[in-house]
Amino acid sequence: MTKNAFSTKGVTKVYGEGRSAVHALRGVDLDIPEGEIVVLLGPSGSGKSTLLNIIGGLDRATDGDAFFQDQNLSDMSDRQLTMYRRDHVGFVFQFYNLMPSLTARENVELVTEIARDPMDPDEALAMVGLRERVDHFPAQLSGGEQQRVAIARAVAKNPTVLFCDEPTGALDSQTGRAVLNVLKDVNEKLGATVLIVTHAASQAAMADRVIHFADGGIREVIVNDKKLTPEEIEW
Amino acid sequence: MVSPLAHKLLRDLWRMKGQAMAIGMVIAVGVGMLVMMQGLVTSLNDTRSTYYERYRLAEVFAPVTRAPERLVTRLAAIEGVSAVEPRVVGAALIDVADFDLPVQAQAVSLPDLRAPRLNDVFLTDGRMIDSDHSDEILLLQAFAKAHDLNPGDRINATMNGARRNFQIVGLAQSPEFLYTTAPGELIPDDARFGVIWMSRSALAAAYDMDGAFNEALLSLSRGANDAAVLDAVDRILDPYGGTGAYPLADQSSNQLVSEEISGLEAAAVGVPPIFLAVAAFLLYIVINRMVQSEREEIGLMKAFGYTNGEVGAHYFKLVMAIAAGGALAGCLMGIAGGRALIQVYVAYFKFPFLVFGLDPASFVIGVSVSILAASAGGLFVLRSVFVLTPAAAMRAPAPADYSRTGAIGHTINRMLDQPSRMVLRRITRQPGRMAGAMIGIACGMALSVSMITIYAGFDRTIDLTFNVVDRSDVTVSFTHAASEATIFELRRMEGVTLVEPVRHVPAVLRNGLATHRGVVSGLAPDQRLSRALDSDLRPIALDGGGIVLSTALATKLDIAPGDMLTVEVRTGRQPVLEIPVTSVAESLLGAPSYMDLTALNRALREPNRVSGAYLSIDEAYATDIYTALQNMPSVAGVSLKSQAEVAFQTLMNTGAGAIRYVMGAIAFVITFGIVYNAARIAYAERSRDLASLRVIGFTRGEAAFVLLGELAIVTLIALPIGSIFGYYLSFGIADGFSTELYQIPAIFDPASYGFAAMVVIGAAVASGWLVKRDIDRAELVSALKTRE
Repeated sequence: MTKNAFSTKGVTKVYGEGRSAVHALRGVDLDIPEGEIVVLLGPSGSGKSTLLNIIGGLDRATDGDAFFQDQNLSDMSDRQLTMYRRDHVGFVFQFYNLMPSLTARENVELVTEIARDPMDPDEALAMVGLRERVDHFPAQLSGGEQQRVAIARAVAKNPTVLFCDEPTGALDSQTGRAVLNVLKDVNEKLGATVLIVTHAASQAAMADRVIHFADGGIREVIVNDKKLTPEEIEW
Repeated sequence: MVSPLAHKLLRDLWRMKGQAMAIGMVIAVGVGMLVMMQGLVTSLNDTRSTYYERYRLAEVFAPVTRAPERLVTRLAAIEGVSAVEPRVVGAALIDVADFDLPVQAQAVSLPDLRAPRLNDVFLTDGRMIDSDHSDEILLLQAFAKAHDLNPGDRINATMNGARRNFQIVGLAQSPEFLYTTAPGELIPDDARFGVIWMSRSALAAAYDMDGAFNEALLSLSRGANDAAVLDAVDRILDPYGGTGAYPLADQSSNQLVSEEISGLEAAAVGVPPIFLAVAAFLLYIVINRMVQSEREEIGLMKAFGYTNGEVGAHYFKLVMAIAAGGALAGCLMGIAGGRALIQVYVAYFKFPFLVFGLDPASFVIGVSVSILAASAGGLFVLRSVFVLTPAAAMRAPAPADYSRTGAIGHTINRMLDQPSRMVLRRITRQPGRMAGAMIGIACGMALSVSMITIYAGFDRTIDLTFNVVDRSDVTVSFTHAASEATIFELRRMEGVTLVEPVRHVPAVLRNGLATHRGVVSGLAPDQRLSRALDSDLRPIALDGGGIVLSTALATKLDIAPGDMLTVEVRTGRQPVLEIPVTSVAESLLGAPSYMDLTALNRALREPNRVSGAYLSIDEAYATDIYTALQNMPSVAGVSLKSQAEVAFQTLMNTGAGAIRYVMGAIAFVITFGIVYNAARIAYAERSRDLASLRVIGFTRGEAAFVLLGELAIVTLIALPIGSIFGYYLSFGIADGFSTELYQIPAIFDPASYGFAAMVVIGAAVASGWLVKRDIDRAELVSALKTRE
């Protein structure tokens, strides 16, 4: 039996207090096995990003427990959460979040300098097909290239899990497919668990597991037996 | 209906309330200072002139050796003279319980059966004197307080060589004696100089002035020709030993009061502009940053059809709201501060009442200048609003381009980790903005340096005056110019290790139109206790018949070595001498001038005369020496240097000199305000990068390094530049604090610079800590969601 990368028990997230309180998550129970590609789908405000932030160690649950392997993230101090992110988690965001003052390689080195068991920055950039552009600053790169640098930065630490929040949201179909291919490679070659939050339902086709969110809870979980490659996905 | 833009204005103000308050406070302090100081100066001037008027202070003082009463009618007949009051004044010594030495005093007569026409007194306690009782006196209140003397007490005083016992019947104040300074001394001291008022008949008997007077007081009618009156008075009194009539402006108490008030005025004019300039600078940076971050909203408003003018006006109103709010708060602070401070000054100047006045001009100037300064800052911002096109504004800004400026030398690059590269590249990419922040902090450093230098300057003045120029322990003054035999008498006293003679000659010094009423001091060659020193503090040889002037005096008279100076002697035969200026001496207290003693006596045709002596004594014999001095009939007064030094410290730490502490505190507030703002703005610009760093696993400390490293570098560069600014600024400030009585030098004192650097670094550390707290609190998720 495969181990779980994550499991949550009654995770609740409430923003604000009293009458203006917003319930972003209403007691979510979930298990995510290691090594899978998992796509979280759902309309805006359904809670998928909130859950990603909580199990990514960026935010804390108001109530309930979220486990990474055997460790309860809810019990961790801020410093422990930082170390968790540093050692295990890679993030990819819709707006890339690169440091404009660092070149592509330096952006990757930013992570490899502090990670426990990093790969070579050039190797990470080669993986995302940017071997030729390592010395370019973000301002000199296209949106897709910037996103690939962000992915290289996320994978260079050899992460246990890779979190992607709308990774293709700002990209055209061709660039988007290229980015998804990189994510697939990371999953296959590094064995990292990959979680992708997206609006685009079609991307669910490349996942091992699809989790549908609605109104702060899980509507259904579908295990996908017929995975497609990114090239086969309708955009 | 309130427009949506007005709503936005209010919400924006609320959102940026911290920074808005900080900038508003800088404006408020500037305006408040202006309103407060101008109000203070207006009130003090009004109070002084009301006091002078109500107690009929004379406008001309005419001392004379002994003039018959009948001259009063002749004086009153001079054109332009409205009233004349003859009186008798004399030097006295009062025995007080708490001093080893008798205290010098001036005895002043009051008319027997009527109120004085001029120089009336204000009775604060007890009753007026009864001229039938010749032992009744009024005592100057400040002096009485200093020695705990009260109506009903009896004191012993020596007048004209005779020791007598008096009863204090009342305590009084007088506009003539707001400051009291013992003859031959420069520093006013309530405790060491008293004023005794007694009936004219009693005082005339004591000083052998029956049917005569030795000082005439005159008031003038409106439009009188002052110079002509002074000349006429001199002509009448000359045959009777008149030593030269002088106007109220030259009267010592009034001179000191004027100096103090103008010292306050200088601070009122000089300080506020610094604040307003700083505020304009901060406003510009903050609003500019805001416009950058609201590009999207601006684009949206323009897309909806708002004109450049309307959008610009919105941001301009924001600037104005902060400026007007600050100015209003400043006016209120100024009124409140002025009301509080005026009480202190009324007590300090010993005014018996207060005429509180506000200078309406200061409100108008304060408010309009702050709005102008803010507008200047705002205009630059408007420019950047206008150039944004709706489409460009609504696209997320591309990542800042570092490709052209990001290249740091390869060697340096290799030595740095990524966070250090980020710090360095940001500095090299926007040198203009960094220079702005750096210059701001440098200005804070300059303010701190110059203020702390001024503190050192005050210490230097005291040190130079009391430890270098004058190295005596005791100064003795004689009742009249005595023979040198008196010096031998002093030398014979047990415990007196060194005696050096001095002759002080009252004189009017003239060079063209510039005049100075003062004293020429004749010193023996090779003096060791009281000396004329050059700017390197080497003794100046007083050989030949020339005169050596202090720097302050040479400046006042606009004269240089080699020029001839006219010296109108105001004693004895009153000769008018033409004397070459041979040198300029360093002196920070008063405006002394020196001559060789023998040459001075020769010029006066009064050989071998001395008017006082400087003594160096063995402390073990101090009490014996004081007793012996008391018993010498030729001794008019004795002053201890230790007491004079304390009095000087007190003078510099109250009055206008005290403003230096207020200014020092303000300098610190400004410095902190600038540094804190620089840190805040840097944070606002980088919050997203910092959040990204945190997300990928940087600890708080590591993320803060990227921001605070930048602040540290900018601060460290600002320190030497600020030191240079401060060096030059300190000259201006030292000049502002220098008065006719004492000069404050702008000295280069490394410790001051070190201390100022500590202040700036302290402000940077505190700002860094405050910003770091915000970095720690920042919500990673929301910081990441924003596009820029």
